[in-house]
Amino acid sequence: MESLSNKKKVLEQKPLSFMERIYLPAIAKGMGITISHLFKKEATIRYPEVEREFSANFRGMHSLKRDENGKERCTACGLCALSCPAEAITMIAAERKPEEKDLYREEKYAATYEINMLRCIFCGLCEEACPKEAIYLDGPIVPADYLRKDFIYGKDKLVEAPLEMKK
Amino acid sequence: MDTGFIIEKFILVAVIFGISLVIAMYSTYAERKVAAYLQDRLGPDRAGPFGILQPLADGLKMFMKEEIIPTTSSKWLFIAGPGLALLCACIGTAVIPWGSPMLIGDKIVPLQVSDINVGVLYIFGVVSLGVYGVMIGGWASNNKYSLLSAIRAASQNISYEIAMGLSIIALLLMTNTLSLKEIVDQQHGWHWNVLYQPLGFLIFMVCSFAETNRAPFDLPECETELIGGYHTEYSSMKLGFYLFAEYINMFVSSAVMATLYFGGYNYPGMDYMATLLGPTWAPLFGTAILFAKIFFFIFFFMWVRWTIPRFRYDQLMNLGWKGLIPLAIANIIITGVVIAIIEKF
Repeated sequence: MESLSNKKKVLEQKPLSFMERIYLPAIAKGMGITISHLFKKEATIRYPEVEREFSANFRGMHSLKRDENGKERCTACGLCALSCPAEAITMIAAERKPEEKDLYREEKYAATYEINMLRCIFCGLCEEACPKEAIYLDGPIVPADYLRKDFIYGKDKLVEAPLEMKK
Repeated sequence: MDTGFIIEKFILVAVIFGISLVIAMYSTYAERKVAAYLQDRLGPDRAGPFGILQPLADGLKMFMKEEIIPTTSSKWLFIAGPGLALLCACIGTAVIPWGSPMLIGDKIVPLQVSDINVGVLYIFGVVSLGVYGVMIGGWASNNKYSLLSAIRAASQNISYEIAMGLSIIALLLMTNTLSLKEIVDQQHGWHWNVLYQPLGFLIFMVCSFAETNRAPFDLPECETELIGGYHTEYSSMKLGFYLFAEYINMFVSSAVMATLYFGGYNYPGMDYMATLLGPTWAPLFGTAILFAKIFFFIFFFMWVRWTIPRFRYDQLMNLGWKGLIPLAIANIIITGVVIAIIEKF
């Protein structure tokens, strides 16, 4: 029957020629290809020692930012937790005392701030939701661990180092 | 028999045994490294510098694994299988001349455990015995896949044994001796047999790939069809023995190929080196040359394994019976005619 699309190709199965039947030329050709790969640069990156360079918009571990005076920017408004599709973020807000003025930028701050890294899908919606520019996913890859409880990161791991320590 | 002779042979046997085990050990490492580099990877590099301790780590792992003996297996044969495989692999090294006689003190020591006058036949016997370990292990496992694999191994060995024997006959027409020592001495300097018997060498090499169950002839352990083949039921160090036996087999067949066709410990300019180094060190240098050839063949085994896909079983049989055997017979006839013409004129 005539094919309508005219795309049909008749498969031609030729019997092997003599050179193909004795395998050797093909084998020699193949061995030439593999030996040429011996001298090529390997694609492997030795991960813990060497890290691949990430693109500029790579989303890794979260960090809670400080402002130019070293005060924590987060006001515990909860928008990040609300926007999180994986429900990975929880926090407890507290009121700033007068003597804590140098620690927190606004009167309200996050007393505890926890991200469950097993739930997090690194979508970056918390980053987008934050009105205070307090959270960014600009860290490295979250490392592996043995226990589930160790994947719940608190403020000790999330908050940026203080200014003087940075210098 | 004097004690000096016994001590001398004992030391030689111990050294050769040790060397073949170490080479087999590091062949596993080399295999992984060669595979990696041929595929643009790095291979094992975590245990020690460049992963040099990897074989020790692997060995330790093998020993620590749980040992499972299936309840339906024939227990004694199941245990005997790996041992037999390793034993048959090791005894092949006994007749290979590792170097020309060496002067130690005032004594001339031959670097060969035993120069029997049927050395080539002995090698053949040992190589074909090697399949018993596989057969017994596969049969004793009482598992369909293992049994199929054992049958494959046996029929493959029988098929390729013939072509191998025929390719050797052409060589023996030239050498007129079965003693490996004499065959090596005839290849003094650069008169390597491969220059006179290229076709014979090619057939011999293809057959030794088949005899050692290496890719592309590794049908007995073809994972896609037979799970693990004859060692499906094996675990722990018994599996380790089978894998080890494969690498020792590879080492022995590399040594045999180097001895029969590539001049053994002979190399161009060896007379000059002999006067330069003296009767103690020159044989050792020859041994080093032999090992360099052996290492090249081991590398070649690996290179082929990571290049060529496995043959289908009917292709294997076709190649053996319709390809290699007629070629080997043609090789004998050509060799015979050429020798007859040379002797006539």
